[in-house]
Amino acid sequence: MKNVNDIEEIRKIISLHKRWDFIFMIAGVLALMIAVLTFMALFAHMLIDGMPRLNWEFFTSFPSRRAESAGILSAWVGTTLVMLVTAIAAVPLGIGAGVYLEEYAPKNLFTEIIEINVTNLAGVPSIIYGLLALGLFVYQLGFGQSILAAGLALALLILPVVIVATREAIRAIPVSIREGAYALGATKWQTVSDHLLPYSSAGILTGIIIGLARAIGETAPIITIGALTFIAFLPPSPIKQEFPYVSFEWLTAPFTVMPIQMFNWVSRPEEAFQLNAAAAGLVLVVMTLTMNGLAIYLRYRMRKNIKW
Amino acid sequence: MQNNTEQSENATAYKSEVRNLNFYYGEFNALKNIDMVLHDKKITALIGPSGCGKSTFLRCFNRMHDLYSGNRYEGEIILHPDDVNILAANVDPIEVRMRISMVFQKPNPFPKSIYENVAYGLRVRGIRQRAILDEKVESALRNSALWDEVKDRLHDLAFNLSGGQQQRLCIARALATDPEILLFDEPTSALDPIATASIEELITDLKSKVTILIVTHNMQQAARVSDYTAYMYLGELIEFNVTDTIFIKPKNKQTEDYITGRFG
Repeated sequence: MKNVNDIEEIRKIISLHKRWDFIFMIAGVLALMIAVLTFMALFAHMLIDGMPRLNWEFFTSFPSRRAESAGILSAWVGTTLVMLVTAIAAVPLGIGAGVYLEEYAPKNLFTEIIEINVTNLAGVPSIIYGLLALGLFVYQLGFGQSILAAGLALALLILPVVIVATREAIRAIPVSIREGAYALGATKWQTVSDHLLPYSSAGILTGIIIGLARAIGETAPIITIGALTFIAFLPPSPIKQEFPYVSFEWLTAPFTVMPIQMFNWVSRPEEAFQLNAAAAGLVLVVMTLTMNGLAIYLRYRMRKNIKW
Repeated sequence: MQNNTEQSENATAYKSEVRNLNFYYGEFNALKNIDMVLHDKKITALIGPSGCGKSTFLRCFNRMHDLYSGNRYEGEIILHPDDVNILAANVDPIEVRMRISMVFQKPNPFPKSIYENVAYGLRVRGIRQRAILDEKVESALRNSALWDEVKDRLHDLAFNLSGGQQQRLCIARALATDPEILLFDEPTSALDPIATASIEELITDLKSKVTILIVTHNMQQAARVSDYTAYMYLGELIEFNVTDTIFIKPKNKQTEDYITGRFG
């Protein structure tokens, strides 16, 4: 039997231990606040500076020597087209490589080295990809300083993200489901196309969008391959009035993208251009947040029918 | 394929013969010199303590081990009536799996509709005609005693079924392709007693249609459903006989100890 003194002792120990709970909680909240508040402050500052410049003309005007009439038309069109090329190149390559590594590749030293390298590629500084693209796409393959070269450079950049996301999404499927498909006499391809890809699509899509959200803000590789900083025309339209109605001329057109337009404005001495940069930054942040929001929503929607 | 007369005589009674089967996970010899037969349209149970190799043995019958590298078979599993050795390197594991179906330990329906789950094995075989699919799905669901419960919601997700219903759905999925042998790997270990009873009843009913090999950790279950029982221990087949003999008069001391609960 414990006497009253013992119980008092236990209570003292508990309250002493709980003090550490409290201290850690405070430290945690502070750490979180520093991260969140810094972003909030930056965003608020940008909002205050940029908001007055955000109007219809800002989106439909080319850059100009006069800050008040300058806009981001060529920048957002350029960004959209570059992202399109990036997605078209990175999605099939990334999913293909991910599926191969997870489902087809023999487990040996060689594939292990490849796997480690793919993961490490995600950490390579983006300017290195810019240099690679400059040498390979711009000069060697003769794509020039074009949307195609930029899109492919960013595709290389996000390829590891897509590959890793694909592999992890496939690995999250229980072994019993894979074995269930194989046990019915399915081939590898039938298992992949009927089961593994459909059930992992939410995870893969999330990976793609997160990759694109990273690519949309990349500046270094795009500068390296030589995007223009001042561009007052649009690439040729992909849709034509006459047969064959589609055109790929825009792929080889010179271009600029949002972060470069921002960079250009920030480096101007006039205050009015700083406000333009803030407004463009706001647009870019909203684009990124929208993509991330879309990723969360799609993951929720597509996972609704899958429980494991 | 020609065979000696003794075997072709047996072929009428045996669905399959296991001859000197060894199985290796890498260097580890998981199954040692197993000789056994599966009687046609009978239920054979595999019992033994955890890790004795009974699931490993079961998974040799549909070449499931081929999915993972480093696994190796030695010996033969002859499948009658065509006397093919399903372990032979030149036999495609997919062909084996099309002839021999499997029901897993935990119900593993695909995240698709009830209908699509049952139809999947047929789709893999290239069957596209709606009428044939409808008919086969219905008969498989009837044979697995699930039809009356699901006929009005065939296009609902399979996940919305209870655990026992899901397992019967998996049995229907395995039956839809008219397999020659049906493998069960502890099919009731994740189910409650009522669902277990209905699965056991179903397995007994299926005997008239298909040869069954069932792994069970539950000796009462083996005694209740099976015609033949094999007791395995540490990768070896210790005793194989008619179920009644195994449970009433086992020849081997080890078997008797396990059956009577003195070890295991």
